[in-house]
Amino acid sequence: MKFVDEFRDAGAARTLIEQIHKTITRSWTIMEVCGGQTHTIVHYGLDELLPSEVTLVHGPGCPVCVTPIEMIDLAIALAKRPGITLCSFGDMLRVPGSTCDLFDARAVGADVRVVYSPLDALDLARREPLREVVFFAVGFETTAPTTAAAVRQAARLKLPNFSVIAAHVRVPPAIEAIVSSGDNLVQGFLAAGHVCTVMGIDEYRPLVEKYKVPIIVTGFEPVDLLQGVAMCVTQLEQGRAEVENQYVRSVKNEGNITARDLMAEVFTLVDRRWRGLDTLPKSAMALSDRYAAYDAIGRFGLTQTPVDEPVECRAGEVLRGLLKPPQCPAFGSSCTPDHPLGAPMVSAEGACAAYFRAGRVAAAAMEAK
Amino acid sequence: MSNSDRGGSPVSFSCPSPVPKGEVIVLGHGSGGRLTAELVSRVFLPAFSNPLLDRLNDSAEVKVGASRVLFTTDAFVVNPLRYPGGDIGSLAVNGTVNDLAVAGGQPIGLSAAFILEEGFPIAELEAIAQSMRTAADRAGVAVIAADTKVVEHGKADGLFITTSGIGVVAGSIELGPERIQVGDAVLVSGPIGDHGIAVMSAREGLAFQTTIVSDSAPLNGLVSLMLESGGALRCMRDPTRGGVATVINEVAKGSGVEIVIEETLVPVRSGVRAACEILGLDSLYVACEGRLVAIVDAADTAKVLAAMRRHPLGRDSCRIGTVTGSGAPRVLLRTAFGTTRPLDVLAGMQLPRIC
Repeated sequence: MKFVDEFRDAGAARTLIEQIHKTITRSWTIMEVCGGQTHTIVHYGLDELLPSEVTLVHGPGCPVCVTPIEMIDLAIALAKRPGITLCSFGDMLRVPGSTCDLFDARAVGADVRVVYSPLDALDLARREPLREVVFFAVGFETTAPTTAAAVRQAARLKLPNFSVIAAHVRVPPAIEAIVSSGDNLVQGFLAAGHVCTVMGIDEYRPLVEKYKVPIIVTGFEPVDLLQGVAMCVTQLEQGRAEVENQYVRSVKNEGNITARDLMAEVFTLVDRRWRGLDTLPKSAMALSDRYAAYDAIGRFGLTQTPVDEPVECRAGEVLRGLLKPPQCPAFGSSCTPDHPLGAPMVSAEGACAAYFRAGRVAAAAMEAK
Repeated sequence: MSNSDRGGSPVSFSCPSPVPKGEVIVLGHGSGGRLTAELVSRVFLPAFSNPLLDRLNDSAEVKVGASRVLFTTDAFVVNPLRYPGGDIGSLAVNGTVNDLAVAGGQPIGLSAAFILEEGFPIAELEAIAQSMRTAADRAGVAVIAADTKVVEHGKADGLFITTSGIGVVAGSIELGPERIQVGDAVLVSGPIGDHGIAVMSAREGLAFQTTIVSDSAPLNGLVSLMLESGGALRCMRDPTRGGVATVINEVAKGSGVEIVIEETLVPVRSGVRAACEILGLDSLYVACEGRLVAIVDAADTAKVLAAMRRHPLGRDSCRIGTVTGSGAPRVLLRTAFGTTRPLDVLAGMQLPRIC
């Protein structure tokens, strides 16, 4: 498979690992921001191939993981109203709210449907004009453009029965929250390649200058990640802190201008509470005034009640790179993908689920002994 | 998470759901993975427990006079009803034939029960019945008993089919995970995941095109050649729901052995690989409906593989792993990078209703 096989090549991986071994002289802690990257690292056991001086910690870049509980509760409450069809991505449906998830709501009669794109939800609204179709829009800058496209299309069609719960969030405020916190351990970042494919790399330059941390825009295959680590270690060892682009086959400096213009038209930046990271300024995208009619929260008069996380779930520390999933006492015992306590155990991009699926439960038990 | 978050007031129990978590059936209970196993242990084993059922094999073997008779049953709820390479009818026949075949049996008769939704087109039912007939002829078996029920519109998804089958095992054949020994080879009869991807490609909302067709086929002919090869066959499974990873885990658990699968040796068509990439699936957990996994004495690997490759359904048979130890049952996957990770049964689900 072109563009995949060459980035899973064991020989290329070995060369990069040798290069990292030669370069490194001391310990460094590097965070891969995106959950897709975490999944690759754990799936292929890349962390086991790296020198012991490199500690990889897993970042907040799992879109369903950082969606606050109160927004999930709000979606569940809305889904249970008569006449409402609530659509979202499959992962989102299994993320626990206060005490249940959207699949549970469906099991007791709510009309909740899995879609693969917001445009599918738009089609559903056209086909079923008597139902109010609400798309629960989650994700980072990667999925936000398709939500923007669906909202703009709904406006052009004057579709009266389509709306969205806009829960999109941005990566740079999350990186800033992590690097500026008093207990930060992270010395370099592998930024999320697909987010940068949309947004470009310029918005990371102020972070690098202010906090003196290298940020490497990195792809998702094993060779991408090892190359990203190699570039990051080289900068750290040389005392440099720059934005570098490993993922040149996808990321242009300016990003995807069409997508950015669309987002700028449909969304406005707002403050938002993140799971695990508190309220971050201008970290989220709400519908702009021009498209406010398509905001489900306004349309249905919904109010959000802040809800505390379950105390047993330490997802917040996992999402900030302070804790590895197996270090959480609930990991693999009271929290599993079948019975998740927190979102990172649900999504394929969640760090806890990635560790669980890669069978690192037994390893965790051995470490505990 | 900040201290104020973690140390704050207790979680509010204002869930709008009236049913406590874990107390209703969710789609994951049908995934063939952990939740299915939990449900079987919690509900069905306590209710029905007996030595034949408790073995949880694909088929139960009963003695009738001097004959060894196999009995099995399977329900089919595939969505959509037709997909590249098959439909719910051929699937319902092949699925039951294969549960008999991997237990070493030849099918002697099938039953079929149809739950039909009001409004279902009779022409479509005719086509599906004809497809069942064609599949049964191919397997050399007949549908010898049937039943029909109709439910109101909205109470079923078009058509559900349940088939049961009886088969006979020749006197000398002994198969079962308890016969597995350290050093045995793990074989697979062809590329994996074709059925699951073919079904998903036809599913509404998944707009990707692929040339992959379902592998759904009766395995009894292939199994006959394997049994005739004279090689020491220990145990066979058909990797349907839950895929190859799940059945190898079942085998490891049933025999108390450690099995190592070599990721680079597992045959996966490029179209299936590409689809798995797009959909975020692991092909080791994607369903096959015309493949089998066999554990054989390593010394007989060449002999058994040669027999398998003589059959059209086994042309691409190959070895994918080894039974490496006894004691703690587990399955490990050795990756292309030389790292090893446990290959567990599916937790949660990949996508609902593959078969």
